[in-house]
Amino acid sequence: MAAKVLIDAEQCRRTIARIAHEIVEHHPDPSAIALVGLHTRGVPLADRLRALITEFSGATPAIGSVDIALYRDDVGVGGGRRGVVPVVGETVLDFDIGKHTVILVDDVLFTGRTIRAAIDAVFDYGRPPLVELAVLVDRGHRELPIRPDYVGRNLPTGPGERITVHLAEIDGSDEVLLEATA
Amino acid sequence: MSARSSLIRIGDLDVDGIGRILGTAERFGEVMERDIKKVPTLRGRTVINLFLEPSTRTSTSFELAAKRLSADVVSIKGAGTSMDKGETLKDTIRTLEAYDPDVFVVRHPQVGACDVVARHTSAAVVNAGDGTGEHPTQALLDLYTVQREIAPIEGLHVAFVGDVLHSRVARSGISAFRMMGAKVTVVAPPTLVPRYLGEALGTEVSADIRDIADADVVYVLRMQLERMGTGGFVPSLEEYARMYQVNHSRLRSGQRVMHAGPVNRGVEISGKVVDDPSTLIEAQAGNGLVVRMAVLYDVLSESQTAAPGVPGVTLEAA
Repeated sequence: MAAKVLIDAEQCRRTIARIAHEIVEHHPDPSAIALVGLHTRGVPLADRLRALITEFSGATPAIGSVDIALYRDDVGVGGGRRGVVPVVGETVLDFDIGKHTVILVDDVLFTGRTIRAAIDAVFDYGRPPLVELAVLVDRGHRELPIRPDYVGRNLPTGPGERITVHLAEIDGSDEVLLEATA
Repeated sequence: MSARSSLIRIGDLDVDGIGRILGTAERFGEVMERDIKKVPTLRGRTVINLFLEPSTRTSTSFELAAKRLSADVVSIKGAGTSMDKGETLKDTIRTLEAYDPDVFVVRHPQVGACDVVARHTSAAVVNAGDGTGEHPTQALLDLYTVQREIAPIEGLHVAFVGDVLHSRVARSGISAFRMMGAKVTVVAPPTLVPRYLGEALGTEVSADIRDIADADVVYVLRMQLERMGTGGFVPSLEEYARMYQVNHSRLRSGQRVMHAGPVNRGVEISGKVVDDPSTLIEAQAGNGLVVRMAVLYDVLSESQTAAPGVPGVTLEAA
């Protein structure tokens, strides 16, 4: 099956802008929040939200990024498949974690395991007063009690389907695709 | 029979694999700057360090590396083991296998010992030095050190000086630097160079210490007296030092000196060079930790499978 475009570039733009508005609505002082993008596509999303929030409110949130490779729950589990070492990316949290509401930003929310790992990673750097979650797409199939605070689009998917998010900064254009994996 | 991926010789890695490990080591460098210098990555995994030959820096850095990754680690040193009572390596491994380890880190005086271990365990095997064989994690930390302290390795000129014949550091290091695109020259008395080394590894071989002049990095090898026996490889250590010692009169400014340690001051290298702050010897020792963390992470995550029963899961989204 060919990939089907579920959200095009213009819809992406409006969706991200709406998330930014919702964040401003919930946080009267955006300078007290930190947008923390999860590698890979959460990072440019966090940058965009930051620019939009600055535009809408006049206050600039702090920014950061988290890589969860070292916090995965499956390193060394099982055996046999060579050549698939998860690359360890950069974690940058150089704001005062104890004084900022951390909003984790990712492209797709799926099992929730990535978010669990990201929360663990953030807490190794300090104790934020509040942690929230913003995602562009929630595709369901949660395996942990984790829910997003800001959702771009709910896209219920079947088990044989995959959601792929493309972002201009990484992939050249903005779009959300539905693909069959089976 | 080891089902996991092992690191027994530097040739077990390709250029991408080396690049990946050096990149991971950079990230662990960042972890080491945090307040909490520990990550949960290998929680629940067991690492057994089996060191059947003396070692300070390698055994310490492997043990700390495993601990910083939250693995459970048992370190077994040569003296005081059942091997003193005549147990063979094979039986020792079989016994330890009962504890279901995920990684064996092995140092052994015999070449090929790690291959023996790998045949009798399903754990990953990491070679921490097998006799005059290989020392791949040393080569990786040397690459990491040069890349961090000097420049990208491609196009650099590295001269290995001294006892190449007995040196596992040289055997792994020459291959590793060549793989990453460095030019390598070997400078040593002909008695301390393996025959056909130049042809086999594509390096220039010289018996004249003045040929280190063009090198960006001068890598000094320890005179391995414990492996020389009564071999008559050199007339005397004094004679060797006179001909081949790396000292300030033989170095030009800007050349960086490396040595895997332990050093024999006044033999292969002068004390003044060892103490010169521009040498990379301390940096090498320091970088051992993050590089060995990266190696443990690599051998364990390379052998994982995607989470079972979760369709459509990709590594990024797991």
